[in-house]
Amino acid sequence: MSTAKTPSSNGKPKVGVYVCHCGINIAGKVNVQETVDFAGTLPNVTVAREYKFMCSDPGQELIQKDLREGLVDRVVVASCSPLMHEPTFRRAMIAADANPFLFQMANIREHVSWVTPDKGAATEKSKALIAAAVARIVLHKPLEKTRVPVNSNALVVGGGIAGIHAALTLADAGRKVYLVEKEPTIGGHMAKFDKTFPTLDCSACILTPKMSAVRSHPNITLWTYSEVAGVEGFVGNFNVKVRRKPRYVKEDLCVGCYECVEACVFKKGVTKDEFNVGLSKRRPIYIPFPQATPLVAVIDPESCVQIKRNKCKKTCVDACERGAIDFDQKEEIKEVEVGAIILATGFKTFDARRISRYGYGKYPNIYTSLEVERMVNAAGPTGGEVHLKNGEKPRTVGIVHCVGSRDSRTNAYCSRVCCMYSLKLAHLIKERTGAEVYNFYIDMRTPGKGYEEFYEKLLKENVHFIRGRVAEISDWATIPEEEGKLVIRAEDTLVGAVRRIPVDMVVLSVGLEPHDDADDVRRKFNISCSHEGWFLERHPKLAPVSTFTDGVFLAGACQGPKDIPDSVAQAGAAAAEALALIDKGYVELEPNTAYVQEEFCSGCKTCVALCPYSAISFNVEKNISSVNGALCKGCGTCVAACPSGALQQNLFTDEQILHEIEGVISYV
Amino acid sequence: MSKPKVGFYWCASCGGCDEVVVDLGADILKVVGAVDIVFWPVAMDFKRSDVENLADGELAVSFINGAVRSSEQHEMVELLRRKSQLVVAFGSCAHTGGIPGLANLFDRRAMFEEAFFNVPSVVNEEKVVPLEEYKTPQGIVTLPNLWNTVKTLDQVIPVDYYLPGCPPPVSLVGEMFNKIVKGELPPRGSILAPDIALCDECPRKETKPDKMSQKEFKRPHEIMIDPEKCLLAQGLLCLGPITRKGCGAACTRVNMPCTGCMGPVSNVLDYGMKALSAVASLADANDEEEIEKILCKVVDPVGTFYRYSLPASLLHRHYQPVVQGEK
Amino acid sequence: MSDNDRNHFEPRIVAFFCNWCTYTAADLAGTARMTYSPNVRVIRIMCSGRLDPQFVLKAFREGADGVLIGGCHPGDCHYQEGNYKALRRFKLLKRFLSQMGIEEERIRLEWIAASEGDKVQKVINQMTEQVRKLGPLNLEPISQMHPPKEKNVKAKAVAMAKGGAS
Repeated sequence: MSTAKTPSSNGKPKVGVYVCHCGINIAGKVNVQETVDFAGTLPNVTVAREYKFMCSDPGQELIQKDLREGLVDRVVVASCSPLMHEPTFRRAMIAADANPFLFQMANIREHVSWVTPDKGAATEKSKALIAAAVARIVLHKPLEKTRVPVNSNALVVGGGIAGIHAALTLADAGRKVYLVEKEPTIGGHMAKFDKTFPTLDCSACILTPKMSAVRSHPNITLWTYSEVAGVEGFVGNFNVKVRRKPRYVKEDLCVGCYECVEACVFKKGVTKDEFNVGLSKRRPIYIPFPQATPLVAVIDPESCVQIKRNKCKKTCVDACERGAIDFDQKEEIKEVEVGAIILATGFKTFDARRISRYGYGKYPNIYTSLEVERMVNAAGPTGGEVHLKNGEKPRTVGIVHCVGSRDSRTNAYCSRVCCMYSLKLAHLIKERTGAEVYNFYIDMRTPGKGYEEFYEKLLKENVHFIRGRVAEISDWATIPEEEGKLVIRAEDTLVGAVRRIPVDMVVLSVGLEPHDDADDVRRKFNISCSHEGWFLERHPKLAPVSTFTDGVFLAGACQGPKDIPDSVAQAGAAAAEALALIDKGYVELEPNTAYVQEEFCSGCKTCVALCPYSAISFNVEKNISSVNGALCKGCGTCVAACPSGALQQNLFTDEQILHEIEGVISYV
Repeated sequence: MSKPKVGFYWCASCGGCDEVVVDLGADILKVVGAVDIVFWPVAMDFKRSDVENLADGELAVSFINGAVRSSEQHEMVELLRRKSQLVVAFGSCAHTGGIPGLANLFDRRAMFEEAFFNVPSVVNEEKVVPLEEYKTPQGIVTLPNLWNTVKTLDQVIPVDYYLPGCPPPVSLVGEMFNKIVKGELPPRGSILAPDIALCDECPRKETKPDKMSQKEFKRPHEIMIDPEKCLLAQGLLCLGPITRKGCGAACTRVNMPCTGCMGPVSNVLDYGMKALSAVASLADANDEEEIEKILCKVVDPVGTFYRYSLPASLLHRHYQPVVQGEK
Repeated sequence: MSDNDRNHFEPRIVAFFCNWCTYTAADLAGTARMTYSPNVRVIRIMCSGRLDPQFVLKAFREGADGVLIGGCHPGDCHYQEGNYKALRRFKLLKRFLSQMGIEEERIRLEWIAASEGDKVQKVINQMTEQVRKLGPLNLEPISQMHPPKEKNVKAKAVAMAKGGAS
């Protein structure tokens, strides 16, 4: 298995135990000296030491010195979680010419000092965990990591601003990128906005050049109207299947001239226009918006009579000089090999109907913030005009913050964007209509570059701010001034009184939520998600764009609510992580794979079908099972099943675990 | 030069282990020619005093079959141990507890109640149970004490070799005698059988599909058993994959699933647990209810997985919370 | 056992947590400083599917009063379906243990996702209290079995004849 010398070949194993104080993180609860004294009494332990920070250079040197001087030949570090610093100490082992797998961590921080109120109990539990680590490490064998080459292509899932930025960064670095977007166009939410806070620069002006750069980039393959159907493989070598839904328009022939749209037998829109969040209607054949990328028409099978009933004059076909329309188009599965994956699947906005007391869907002039974004957009359904359903301009507008945010009944978390975009909308509405604008907020949260200044600016623009969560919105007038108005009732917590503000129009600043299919997506990519359903990063501070699945990275709001600057920054970080992986050229696989001890295998085949990766096959010549180490991911389920104990798992052999059990329990 | 002396003894067993010595057939003459049998209560008229009169270590080998579950058996195996250079645990009961070991599912009181009161064929209105001491006009009559827990031989005395099987296969018995006579025994503590599971020698091995998982486990009386095909692949709970080979696949050759008398191979710590794990792994379902449905066909997990080895298991016996004061 | 002793009994519980979900959740509980009872000691395995039922019995034999197994939620297994394999074994194991007279509360399988630090806290506290109520698991020691310790044999035999407890 390995060329490294077996350290115990010249006698008994020599175990070094190193207990970390972690400042007072551990030492504040665990009597470190007592655990060191205890470790010194354990069989095979030749050295037991403590240090303030074992992971620091001097801490590592302490271990390396003992290794170099031959005082120890295997190492137990009692400190934080192995998920935190196992790689650090393994590197330290390598630097001291020791095999990195003659190493074991006892997790006395996350599993002990941080969770145990009683000092005595914490010390005793630490001793037990150290005893367990010592008991198993005497059975460790030197192992070597296998290297697997990394495919230099990358997959980016989601074509919002995060996905676009990540894809461009990777493509500019010379990597081939597949960008998959489920809508007919890229652009995401940002394409729907008019202005962006706090600089008020035009959203389309900064986004559309990036969209067309994606379209024209030689290194980017853009697949819109497509979804990832399945992912197999592992870091550096993912095999991804992409389902390309039929758009019934040949992408390579369509030039986006709108002739087909104009020629459609439906002369008006018949179905809700997704891009305008339902504020307008579109025809069965449509282009989402004039800057759509790719600028290719798409036919909606739900409303097209030709597709639904096979009965239409097919005027669109006649109108298209290039013959791009193809009703026979079928779903297509593309299969690609990539080394790294970036998920940038974004978010959905909170459904304001869920809070019935706010009257959304009941009263005509209550809009969500996203609807107003479209309304204030010059390219939107109203041409940038803000008006009521009856066509009049509103004279008073109420903006309600935190709809579906910061409320345990809906979402306990802060959307991180609604304060700022509410301020932006307040500014735009005032600018377009001259209305009196009331902002109802819980707290004003403006932590960002130029954000507080933007708030100051709004204060000077005479926008009204009422601190208090809105209780109810109704048309129930109690005084003549409220007649025909929407009445917003809220407690003004600065005044200490309940106020009723009659307005013409209400904007509900909805929060951000994970997509409905986020759970399916994360399962496809084998990653975890938080309680709320956001994709879970590997570490909130130190690995914010990585996941627990190596080679899968996160960008943008799929990881949690984020504004544009943060999404772009994170997309850049994810691209850099993916590049670091790809440019290294290889990945080292943890050698915790299963192996067959051939002399004990009876060929019963219990294991063969159990392997989820088809890593176990039956060797007909030898009449026994054999494990393909390159395919084995090291779950060990075959080992647990093997009736002969012939299958074992490196780093988790039966014997090692049985020893660990003895160790952990031997110390009461 | 006098021939080495050997002894046979039976503890809690059925007699089948003694029978298998006779099953050697003509070869038994070779054995008799090579050794002197000086103690074999089943076959010949020896008394305990015959053993007591031997010098310590005078017996070259004692072959002890049966589990140990009474004070008498305890005394006898200690006596034999003292008189013998080597002790062979002969057969499943001595090796891992065997069928009598299933008594460890109950305590002594429950067994007495069952045997002397509850069995339909018993009429015992006076509720008479055996007493260990009873005064008669002729003197005091005694009976051995029956233990609450059945033990394997090596839980009572040190054992040098184990010959597994219920009964041990004749071929392995012959091989053992050969090795003893020639002085070619393996290191002490060895199990005198090949260290690989039964599938290795089962004639049905070739018929195993790659996917062994099952939607339904079946019991032998429920199906017409295909005489060629792997029994486990037919859904029968054949424990061949978990059980040491050496029997020549005696049961599977005649259409009966292996029940595990040869015990585990050396990599396995607890036979029944490994059997349970392997069998459960074969249940082809992920849905909780469906899993239950498949596994409910394992009607009696202890009896299925520990038919021959309950006393040798990590749990050893049915759990009886130790009452304080008795500790 | 008196109530007083019961209160002083500190259960020993061995836990087997899968690397990707439950072990990570336990780390998260730590990072969030969620305190819980110190009676559970965690052994990390890569997947709950690695859990060999032998380990459970070994833990009991070594003196554990309870065994806790933690894996990813159904459908979430890092290795596709290792947790289902754990579930299959657990189902049969639990039935076996109850046949052997071991209270089913002494063994528990929980699905705990990487984000569920609070569930780690809750399950560990619950399990500790549950096992504390059951009292210690005193398996009959194998090594100390001989010579048999039953002294008052005759009295017992008589008591048995009268249908009393032995």
